[in-house]
Amino acid sequence: MSQETTTSEAPPPAVELSGVHKTFALRRGSVVALEGIDLMIGRGEFVSLIGPSGCGKSTLLRVIGDLLPPTGGEVLVNGKSARRARLDQDYGFAFQQAGLLDWRTVQANVELPLELHGVDRGKRQRRADELLQLVGLSDFAKQRPPQLSGGMQQRVAIARALAESPALLLMDEPFGALDEMTREHMQTELVRIAGETGAAVVFVTHSIPEAVFLSNRVVVMSPRPGRITEIVPVDLGERTDDTREAPQFYAAITQVREALRGRAVDATDDVVAGIERAQGAL
Amino acid sequence: MTTGVNAHPRFAGQQHRLRLRLGRWAGRGLLVLVGLVVLGAIWEAYKSWGPADGVSVFGARVLPRTSDEAMPHLSTIWHAFGAQEVGGAITLGPTKTVLDSVVSAAWHTLRWAGLGFAIGVTVGFLLALLMDRLAVFERALLPYVVLSQTVPLIALAPLVSKWGQGWSVGPFTWERSTSVSIIAAYLAFFPVAVGMTRGLKSPSAVHAEYFRCCAAGWWKTLIRLKLPSSVPFLIPALRLAAAAAVVGSIVAEISIGLEGGIGRLILEYSQQATGDPSRVYAAVIGAAVLGLLAAAIVTAVDFALWRYHRGTGAR
Repeated sequence: MSQETTTSEAPPPAVELSGVHKTFALRRGSVVALEGIDLMIGRGEFVSLIGPSGCGKSTLLRVIGDLLPPTGGEVLVNGKSARRARLDQDYGFAFQQAGLLDWRTVQANVELPLELHGVDRGKRQRRADELLQLVGLSDFAKQRPPQLSGGMQQRVAIARALAESPALLLMDEPFGALDEMTREHMQTELVRIAGETGAAVVFVTHSIPEAVFLSNRVVVMSPRPGRITEIVPVDLGERTDDTREAPQFYAAITQVREALRGRAVDATDDVVAGIERAQGAL
Repeated sequence: MTTGVNAHPRFAGQQHRLRLRLGRWAGRGLLVLVGLVVLGAIWEAYKSWGPADGVSVFGARVLPRTSDEAMPHLSTIWHAFGAQEVGGAITLGPTKTVLDSVVSAAWHTLRWAGLGFAIGVTVGFLLALLMDRLAVFERALLPYVVLSQTVPLIALAPLVSKWGQGWSVGPFTWERSTSVSIIAAYLAFFPVAVGMTRGLKSPSAVHAEYFRCCAAGWWKTLIRLKLPSSVPFLIPALRLAAAAAVVGSIVAEISIGLEGGIGRLILEYSQQATGDPSRVYAAVIGAAVLGLLAAAIVTAVDFALWRYHRGTGAR
């Protein structure tokens, strides 16, 4: 393993992707979902993946989480193989649907991952108490998920994802189904939680303002085949509600939007490179 | 302590939910009673005002004759329960009434059906687990599971009885009633196998992915996700299985010729029916009550597992 040296000295980056490729076999032929993905995500860094439908951002997240095997390239999470990292619970996952178990109380839902890994009862309860406090749902510990609003359910899902104190949080449009007000509130909360836990976050979203508000870097992707077209660094300092009205916020939004439209010079270069590669393949 | 503050409203909430559920069930019970009364009223009304020769369409009678032989008054059936058993029907002694015979026969059948139900549910459950664990089994087994139900029971019953005859393992000996239970099980396993197979597949993709994220193996996923999610599929399957076990027992008793059960009693009463048709109805009512009892047992299971129903509370 070439990463041996780095693991022994400094802690490895949260995610390291090199030349990741993913092809889905269809009944007839196949479709390239991801091509030539190189990305490094530092510890504690917040990175959003954004792009139109079908650009492979969810696929990329699932490749990082070892829910889908890549067809090529290397995926390292915490300096380990994605599979090892999954088995070691190095990451937590939150989906667009909260995906809570309706027959369990909120507390039992948060305890579920700990229960699955054989953590004893007392520890589980203490951890669940902490986490519910972190997401502000201590008063709802004994309720069942169907009695909670969508935003509250999503907060429970985030608490659950944080249960094993992962160094990495993978989130697939977790706020996609929420109304705008709840959504902004949840974003502020997430920035706080990520800061408090020191976890790196990979966040898939359709929303440009959401990506900009949350992230240290926004990874812009394009479809067919799914590739990274540009990485936009965002420097907004500490996020507050005022951040949303700051000129830099709008500047960053414009930058991401232009990258999405493919106006940026870097993107054009990439497209040319892609065409050249395609011609080479023919 | 937060628990102290939370305990009260939570307790009250649960009590409230329980009361709501009990209320709903009481309402349902009342509806069943009303249904019975209406049914009885229709019976008597048709008997009083229906055409004496019944209603025929193209020579086939679709509604029965209204004579006392075909449709005895409800009161006659009621009195039949109290009538003295004629010697020869079932050797119970001269002091027994029809009610005694019916209750005793129903009790026997219930026990045989109960054993059959237990075996059937276990087998169906294990089959479903096997098919869930290995997809190969599902492709290989499911057609046969379906096929098994197309074999006519009447043909199967004597065969099973013959196969089992004289067979014994340790303290267990194959009685003739064991054949009845096996045939009940043969009918009862089917809905459970099919229902559980679907139930085990019912968790949504998000849940399946989440458990994979947690690196939960097959067993843990089964216990904490698949079994709880399959409860809404299991309950109707159990209800069908219970009814099938009762019907299976009755048919098996008749085709094997085993005495002491309700099936045999119906047969005997109908053979002497020329004299007193109300006894046949008495025995049929006994069988119906048996079916209701089986359904009630499943309902109790249903009640105990309410937590696992879909959409608990308001969404």
